Amino acid sequence: MVEQMPAFPRSVYRVMELASDINCDPKELVEVIEHDPVLILKILKVVNSPYFSLGQKITSVNHAVVYIGLNTVKNLAMSTATIGALPRKNKAGFDMDAFLLHSLATATIARLFARELGVPVKESFDYFVSGLLHDFGKAVLAHFTPDEFQMALTIAKERQVPLYMAENEIFDIDHSLIGSLLGERWRLPANLVASLKGHHCLEGDRLPLTSVVAAANQVSKWLQIGDSGNPILEKMPDAIAEQFGEDFGTIVERLGGVTDEIEKAKVFIQG
Amino acid sequence: MKITFWGVRGSLPSPGTGTVRYGGNTTCISVETDDGQLIVLDAGTGIYKLSQALLGRLPVSCSLFITHTHWDHIQGLPFFIPLFIPGNRIQIYGAFDPISGKSIKDVLSGQMEYCYFPVRQDELRAEIHYMTLHEKQTVEIGQAKVTTILMNHPVLNFGYKIECGGKSVFFTGDNEPLYNIYSPGDDFHQEYGSLISSKDATLLDFIHGIDVLIADSAFTADEYPAKKGWGHGTFDSCIAMARKAGANKLYFTHHEPLRRDEDLDAIERRLREHYPAGEGMPSFTIAYEGLEILL
Ligand SMILES: [Zn+2]
Ligand SMILES: [Zn+2]
Repeated sequence: MVEQMPAFPRSVYRVMELASDINCDPKELVEVIEHDPVLILKILKVVNSPYFSLGQKITSVNHAVVYIGLNTVKNLAMSTATIGALPRKNKAGFDMDAFLLHSLATATIARLFARELGVPVKESFDYFVSGLLHDFGKAVLAHFTPDEFQMALTIAKERQVPLYMAENEIFDIDHSLIGSLLGERWRLPANLVASLKGHHCLEGDRLPLTSVVAAANQVSKWLQIGDSGNPILEKMPDAIAEQFGEDFGTIVERLGGVTDEIEKAKVFIQG
Repeated sequence: MKITFWGVRGSLPSPGTGTVRYGGNTTCISVETDDGQLIVLDAGTGIYKLSQALLGRLPVSCSLFITHTHWDHIQGLPFFIPLFIPGNRIQIYGAFDPISGKSIKDVLSGQMEYCYFPVRQDELRAEIHYMTLHEKQTVEIGQAKVTTILMNHPVLNFGYKIECGGKSVFFTGDNEPLYNIYSPGDDFHQEYGSLISSKDATLLDFIHGIDVLIADSAFTADEYPAKKGWGHGTFDSCIAMARKAGANKLYFTHHEPLRRDEDLDAIERRLREHYPAGEGMPSFTIAYEGLEILL
């Protein structure tokens, strides 16, 4: 199942990483895009679309950079690179738009947590990506086993239990484990993989990244931005509760500008 | 044609004793054509003064061309009084934003949202139309023709060429000359170089023999290395462009907010020394607020 998922190749990760660095070397960005046929195609398709109606046909990434500028290409790559790769429709009745919004909100909130915790800007990008991908396993389940996943959604809703428990009941595996397997296949950094795996286990020794993503997940659910299919609001991981308390309102206030930041980040989920 | 500068600053309005002569308002240029059409280029804070001047000649019919939607080129728009007066007709043109997928109308309405401005878009009383342009599109305004060309800036930026009665003017908007992102010896250095040459050639061809070239000269050559990639030109790059295009007159604009009058005077002295008048050298002037050019 995991083998058949659309690639979230290393290149996508690199584009996002480079794009988050204001001083990124244009050469590197072009090189990364150039090594990913899917990205190249998407960018060329957009720049050659009637929207641009550029005077001439753009035939290479370099050409696109010369013509419409590095910044525009970078932003285009970012908006096409990310979870735009996900199949938008599934037979499980799982609302992908709401799901993407939940993922994005979690990503944004995770990055705000990172800022608040004094994580260096370069690393804070991992917090964003981890938030974005933390529920990716659900997309896999919805895509490949729509009927069973629909059952899991129903069970969670009717019995008011966390979705991952319902998944475990039906599949004997849950989305966090599937997500981490995918992360390994995509060769994401180890701490990122660990956070995908651990975002529902709230106790024990955990990396800061894992705690933050778990917390951001709860905050985005509390704010009711998007829908992850999980009806249950869980408690804050210990490490976060120690520093931020358990009251969601207070936490959101302390993070500051949450909804504005989410609005700005929406570029990542435009298909 | 009569061209008037209402704002010559880049980035941020810069009032104060140090900027009284060149002026502190951000970009706005008006062009009145021989057949009485009013064309406005950009809506920086300079547009407020223009709007005062227009109040004496209501109703106003004008065409506003936005080079790009960075703040310093649109921040005066909500204060363009003719928008509020019934009977006026205002047509607004600009580029599409490929990243957000928004038309010029949607991008500009953003700054009229309630949290930024007390009057909502649909409460404006003038007759307002929007048109999203693509590259090399020509719009006819009376006898004048306005044509777009894509320049180099962090967002899509149109340079506009206005032709009327055998005279022509070109405004770059914000523009940085293209440079090779590869080092000599890199695999793609040559390929990238030839892409740049062909884009440059297209531009020079487009503005060949232009009577008036108004160009973004935000930086001096000394300042430029630290600002490379920010999307602005230098005094020297503007002169080079004017010479290659065979422009007759060159006007420098988009002055840095911290640039005082005496700094601009000193820059002009240095340029006059460095680029003496002569064959193939366009006459050049550092644009100031209130400057009028008759063509
Ligand atoms: Zn500007
Ligand atoms: Zn600009």
